[in-house]
Amino acid sequence: MTDTALKFTSDEAQHTSLRWAVSDTLTLARRNLLTLFRIPTAVVFAMIQPVMFVLLFRYVFGGAIPIKGTSYVNYLVPGILVQTTIFGSVNTAIGLAEDLQRGLIERFKALPMARMAVLGGRTIADVARNVMVLIIITAVGFAVGFRPHGGFFNYLAACLVMLVFAYCLSWGFAFVGLTAPNSETAQAMTFPLIFPLTFASVIFVQLIHLPGWMRPFANNQPVSQTADAVRGLMLGQPVGNSVWVSLLWSVGLVAVLAPLAVRRFRRAA
Amino acid sequence: MSQFAVEATNIVRTFHDGSFRALDDVTLRVPTGEVFGLLGPNGSGKTTMVRILSTILFPTEGVATVAGYDVVKNPNQVRRHIGLAGQFAAVDENLTGFENLRMVGFLNHMAKPHAVTRSRELLEEFGLADFGNKLAKTYSGGMRRRLDLAAALVANPPILFLDEPTTGLDPQSRQDLWAIIEGLVEGGTTVLLTTQYLEEADRLCKQLVVLDHGKIIAEGTSSQLKSRLGNTVLVLTFGSTDQASLGAGLIANLSPKAPNVDGTVIELTVDSGPAAAADALRRIDAAGIVLVGLQLREPSLDDVFLNLTGHKAEDATTAEAEPTSRRSRRGAKV
Repeated sequence: MTDTALKFTSDEAQHTSLRWAVSDTLTLARRNLLTLFRIPTAVVFAMIQPVMFVLLFRYVFGGAIPIKGTSYVNYLVPGILVQTTIFGSVNTAIGLAEDLQRGLIERFKALPMARMAVLGGRTIADVARNVMVLIIITAVGFAVGFRPHGGFFNYLAACLVMLVFAYCLSWGFAFVGLTAPNSETAQAMTFPLIFPLTFASVIFVQLIHLPGWMRPFANNQPVSQTADAVRGLMLGQPVGNSVWVSLLWSVGLVAVLAPLAVRRFRRAA
Repeated sequence: MSQFAVEATNIVRTFHDGSFRALDDVTLRVPTGEVFGLLGPNGSGKTTMVRILSTILFPTEGVATVAGYDVVKNPNQVRRHIGLAGQFAAVDENLTGFENLRMVGFLNHMAKPHAVTRSRELLEEFGLADFGNKLAKTYSGGMRRRLDLAAALVANPPILFLDEPTTGLDPQSRQDLWAIIEGLVEGGTTVLLTTQYLEEADRLCKQLVVLDHGKIIAEGTSSQLKSRLGNTVLVLTFGSTDQASLGAGLIANLSPKAPNVDGTVIELTVDSGPAAAADALRRIDAAGIVLVGLQLREPSLDDVFLNLTGHKAEDATTAEAEPTSRRSRRGAKV
């Protein structure tokens, strides 16, 4: 590919005013949210699956998982919330792969709109979707005995930490979505990334119950740090450095992944 | 607007680090207010050209202006003057027809009431008014194409790029779309369309460029291209392939062009139909062969294409398809 295709010309900088960039981003974010609710399988994937996870671990596996310091349901629900927001960011990959496959990205590129609105509108819609899922899982959690004692504002802070993390991660999935030939492949490509991050972590069990060889990874990887931060804030337990570490990971991830996704976007279609 | 809505000069576009030349020194001028045809088989570079002119791809070499604006230096100005309808109906299946058009209106920075009125107007114009509130995924192939074309027209662009607008459509939908395109041109729109259907180019396009493997192999009006072949095609049908090949030898010197034998049918382009037909009949009769059929017809662009490239246009799935692999992996052409 020649480098001319990657050039961002001065003309674009001048004419794509900030105002249009915001309005274009919101137009596409609204469209993405609207279509989300029209795909039944997507709603099931987004809403039902995490609820099943809560019930499965609360009632089936929970009895076999020892936890020090609190009940398993209190340990579990913050972890499930983190897992769910990360799974939610996979939607970024699926949505962009679909738009690309259907030729919509090509159409957008020939319109006098802010080009970055395609990625912005997608990732913002996926944050909004994650907010909805957080509310639902919180309600289900309370129904099955989740009793956080960290206070309302710490709960909100915890939600913010994981939403920021999932948002930053979604730029990596944007790259995946723009690279995959279709949405099914995009989804499949995210699994090898998501699986070790969410399961080789402290989401479901404490570190001491993981095999020794796994612990260094499980303890230091960003999802565990985020889960520690979220759990500590929600349950009113000491969080140590985990909040800052999680936020640092977020900043680091977006700094690396967003330019990759943007570069990929300019070459795509 | 100047005399030419689109001017592309010495356009080269390479892929795979220069190892594949999708466009090789293509120059074309599209007069304002006309339908201009880019004709060629799959992989000839038509889509690459449309993508360059609609600012989706940059040319590797060469200069192109659309509505007077350089596609590399002023892409946003170009985008304000063009509409693009691609080979694959690029509509959001999970939005209604109306929502699709309104979204494009918003992305063209139209005010909300204007975007709404314009969307309703287009649905009406394209026979989709009754389906405006239905999801696009419930639309038939022809309806999707019409919606896609409507989406390209939301901002009333003076220049329209249509990339194989009727590929995969049934004959009736194709006729409908042709009528729509003719209506647009009457209204002053300049249209550049790509097609591999010679009938389509013949019907719609005033001027044509024929592309093969990224190069222009012929240009001119449809009748100029046809006249390069002679005036009439003599079609003879024999009872067997043996007789046909025998017959081909008998009539070969009736025309400077070689006869084209396809099974039991021989086609020969000749200057004077009746004289050639009489001559052919005499020779075949003298050889004791009985003809099954004889026909004289005007040459079609198919004949032109066969003559220029040595292969037919529509079965020319060439080895070197455009490296737009994603396209080929897309779902069914609607």
